[in-house]
Amino acid sequence: MSAPAIAHDSPLKHAGILGGFCLGFGVMLAVTFILTADAIHQRADDDKRASLDQVIPAALHDNNPLTDTVTVVGHDGKPVTVFRATQGHKVTAVAYEILGSGYGGEIRLMLGVDAEGRVLGIRPLAHKETPGLGDKIEPAKTDWLSRFSGLSLGNPPVDKWKVKKDGGQFDQFSGATITPRGVVGAIRNGLEFFTANKAQLVEVR
Amino acid sequence: MTAHSETTPEPSLEIGGETKPETNYKQIMKDGLWDNNSVFCMILGMCPTMAMTTSATNGLGMGLATAVVMTASSLLVATFRNWITQEVRIPVYILIVAAMVTLVDLSMNAWMHELYKVLGLFIPLIVSNCLPLARLEAFAAKEPVLPSLVDGLFMGIGFTLALTLIGAVREVIGSGTLFADASLLLGPAFKFMELRVLPPDTGVLMAVLPPGGFLATGLLLAGKRILDVRAGKAISMGGAHSVG
Repeated sequence: MSAPAIAHDSPLKHAGILGGFCLGFGVMLAVTFILTADAIHQRADDDKRASLDQVIPAALHDNNPLTDTVTVVGHDGKPVTVFRATQGHKVTAVAYEILGSGYGGEIRLMLGVDAEGRVLGIRPLAHKETPGLGDKIEPAKTDWLSRFSGLSLGNPPVDKWKVKKDGGQFDQFSGATITPRGVVGAIRNGLEFFTANKAQLVEVR
Repeated sequence: MTAHSETTPEPSLEIGGETKPETNYKQIMKDGLWDNNSVFCMILGMCPTMAMTTSATNGLGMGLATAVVMTASSLLVATFRNWITQEVRIPVYILIVAAMVTLVDLSMNAWMHELYKVLGLFIPLIVSNCLPLARLEAFAAKEPVLPSLVDGLFMGIGFTLALTLIGAVREVIGSGTLFADASLLLGPAFKFMELRVLPPDTGVLMAVLPPGGFLATGLLLAGKRILDVRAGKAISMGGAHSVG
């Protein structure tokens, strides 16, 4: 350090250059974030609405279920956000996220249930099941998930809400038992959640 | 692929008053696509290569996203190369790559949302890819803007082709399809690309699981070497060097 800051290899110069680039790109990213924030928020809402539309038929409601939500504490103590479809101020259906444990970790599904506790529709939101085996729960691949539509606790009886291998009534798919077991369990828990909280869920406001 | 070389502008662009021997754009392109291919020669970017080539469409998507980031960051580094000092160059390169990735991620999420839903999960992975950094250090840091742009673009295209090829091999063997869901990535007009090669449920599942990635990549790499030897080329052991 024989020379002042103007010397060629001064650490101050390097710090200035690095700092300058950080500042420049930081500002650029901040501007991009501000410009895109609204659009990204809008898209996230659109996505959620699309998955709700798939589990609650549009004919069942005249409100926007996305904004008509109640939060109920589930049996595991975690809050569950329930989207409600109403028609003429009467709750016709509800939808909420259910979790199952599959072969590759958590399986997140959206479950739609009508006011009588019957399954309206189920859509996977995210999963990490094995491609070619466990991913048959995806509606694009097979119609396995559609077989639950119209069923409820009691139809079949609660102790038949299992895969066939466990003495229940639902087919597992060839080569994969753990994924269907997780999904059937998640739907059963989801319906039990509905039964346990029915009064609160379909309450007319 | 070499058809691109006809449209190459004459290497007359000089930036910063440099006097370099004329740039061989054809060789830069050939390096990126074949001679010094990122996957099959430099063996860089193996993390996304293994993880994202379970289908040809996934490989294509990952490759395209990487190519965009590589082109943009090569352009920026070449533009600023005379200001970036030797001591801080690596943090600056990382900053530039990370900023480009974030920029692409946010813009696609906001304005190309359908594409983002398919490609979205690939984009943050580009930061963990050593390939852009290697090209910035080996090429863009020393070369003028236009050759750097061409290098970034063609290295990216070469990466895309390699990933698509590996993905195609794994997908055909593992799932019996080719370019499944390509219309989600490229638009409904590309529905014709979605082929079923083998009857359903006949695929060898291992091909789409991690071991299949190593096997397919290794065999294709060996295949490229055989072609190079047959063509009488000296095998270059993946130096990150380039022309010039």
